Amino acid sequence: MESDINIKYIAELARLELSGEQTGKLQQELERIVGYIDELKEVNVDGVEPTAHAAALTNAWREDVVKESFPRNTMFANAPGVINDTLIKLPRVLPQEEA
Amino acid sequence: MNIKTTLHELAAQLASKEISSAELCRACLAEVDQRDGEIGAFLEINRDNVLKSAAEADARRAKGETLSEFDGIPIGIKDNICVKDERCSCASKILENLNSPYDATAVERLRNQGFIPFGRLNMDEFAMGSSCENSAFQKTRNPLDTSRVPGGSSGGSAACVAAGFTPAALGSDTGGSIRQPAAFCGVVGMKPTYGRVSRHGLVAFASSLDQIGPFTNDAEDAGILLDAISGFDKMDSTSLPGNAGGFADAARRGSESGSLKGMKFGLPKEYYSGGIDAGSAKVLDSAIERVKSLGGEIVDVSLPHTKYAIAVYYIIATAEASANLARFDGMRYGRRIEGKDLTDTYFKSRGEGFGDEVKRRILLGTYVLSSGYYDAYYLRAQKVRTLIRQDFENAFKQCDMMLTPAAPQVAFKFGEKSDPLQMYLSDIFTISLNLAGTCGIAVPAGIDEATGMPVAMQLLGPALGEAGLLQATAAFMRA
Repeated sequence: MESDINIKYIAELARLELSGEQTGKLQQELERIVGYIDELKEVNVDGVEPTAHAAALTNAWREDVVKESFPRNTMFANAPGVINDTLIKLPRVLPQEEA
Repeated sequence: MNIKTTLHELAAQLASKEISSAELCRACLAEVDQRDGEIGAFLEINRDNVLKSAAEADARRAKGETLSEFDGIPIGIKDNICVKDERCSCASKILENLNSPYDATAVERLRNQGFIPFGRLNMDEFAMGSSCENSAFQKTRNPLDTSRVPGGSSGGSAACVAAGFTPAALGSDTGGSIRQPAAFCGVVGMKPTYGRVSRHGLVAFASSLDQIGPFTNDAEDAGILLDAISGFDKMDSTSLPGNAGGFADAARRGSESGSLKGMKFGLPKEYYSGGIDAGSAKVLDSAIERVKSLGGEIVDVSLPHTKYAIAVYYIIATAEASANLARFDGMRYGRRIEGKDLTDTYFKSRGEGFGDEVKRRILLGTYVLSSGYYDAYYLRAQKVRTLIRQDFENAFKQCDMMLTPAAPQVAFKFGEKSDPLQMYLSDIFTISLNLAGTCGIAVPAGIDEATGMPVAMQLLGPALGEAGLLQATAAFMRA
């Protein structure tokens, strides 16, 4: 299973830029770790239900009521870029049209 | 002034006007000024806020309007727990300048009793690590031997209490991040039952495992803080319904009686099949003898799936982390590194913002969740998690709590565990508990002769078994 790890593809999925040196090192480390976690394959899990959460709580409902939220400037204070105190400035999403 | 004392002792001194909150807080700041340059427990302390809160507490006390007997006592806070108008970085570059607009519920509840949030405590980046060496900003040194690590990920919290900078602190425990550093620094550290303490305002690492808990100098203080912070919170849909309390009272019963009569302590055989150093084993043996001499009954139990716990943990925790940390993209908050387009900005912001261990875990989590591997790894791990939980349920049919080592060895030296897998394997005694979702506590049990470093025993309780753990801990520590 170890050789199946395509670190560049996984980093692509995770949106992580890695240097060439990091890629090689992480490839090796991940192969070792995955080699270790492969031991789970020996456990018989036939008919065992998965546990997703430690507390068996389902459907925590709450009243649908309007309440006051944070002032906009409080939240915008943490934004990397703001336009006119009303919008968060993001990088261009669509490519610029050729003139 | 002696800060390395208990909350209940300080409450008595405040009540008798022997000290004021301002004096106490200034004494804490003076200790930090004098010794934290060497230890490095704190990332930052907002002195103005601390002294302002102390003055307010003293004013309330003068008018006979204290919020509780603990009004005016400072508590250190791990840097992944939000404190309003202070930074919350998770010791990561990507959140270095993030200001928290609100208090975590646990912090809000501390304030309701007059406790004062005191500074941001260092940690492994995003709580990923067992030595505090993964902080993006600084090393934290073990106050008992500065050539050694304080443990992790809540290393700053453990070091803060052990050094006597504040009488208590909050940390978080996802796979042992409270209990292991408490063991390494010789203080009491408790991981409450999953859902006991609201996670609202705790920056998520692995949402099905994370839990906030106290670092203190004794069992009663752990109960005092748990009384303050536990109970249902509508802001956390996984918090357990109903109020919780009576924890400090349980500890007081233990220290008054000094007896463990009627309590059954299970020794899970898988935790005693080697794997711990000789000095720690010796301390643990004497702890078991002490438990017997106090009237506790010792029984043998088994947790047959223990050997799979680390594999299960590093699949589930990293899978959850890869999803939780996806939100840190440099768009709405946090550090943004501009790239040539939107996607490139994501890659650069995250590539430069996260440290090596965080990247490693995001990648592992992404891998085990990726198409073609989900069933083989993630789903299978969730099923083995069920078996581990059932092991705990079966064991607790035969005993009230389990007594185990907290770590395979005493606090190690910086750089000693440079291999990530080796570091993961050192979590073997603490990790199963988070998967089972129950509660546990690290209790100072003695000193390793060879190194002079503290050794803890760990008590593992059933779901909602905190009162029993605290009562036993208090009785044990009195003896």
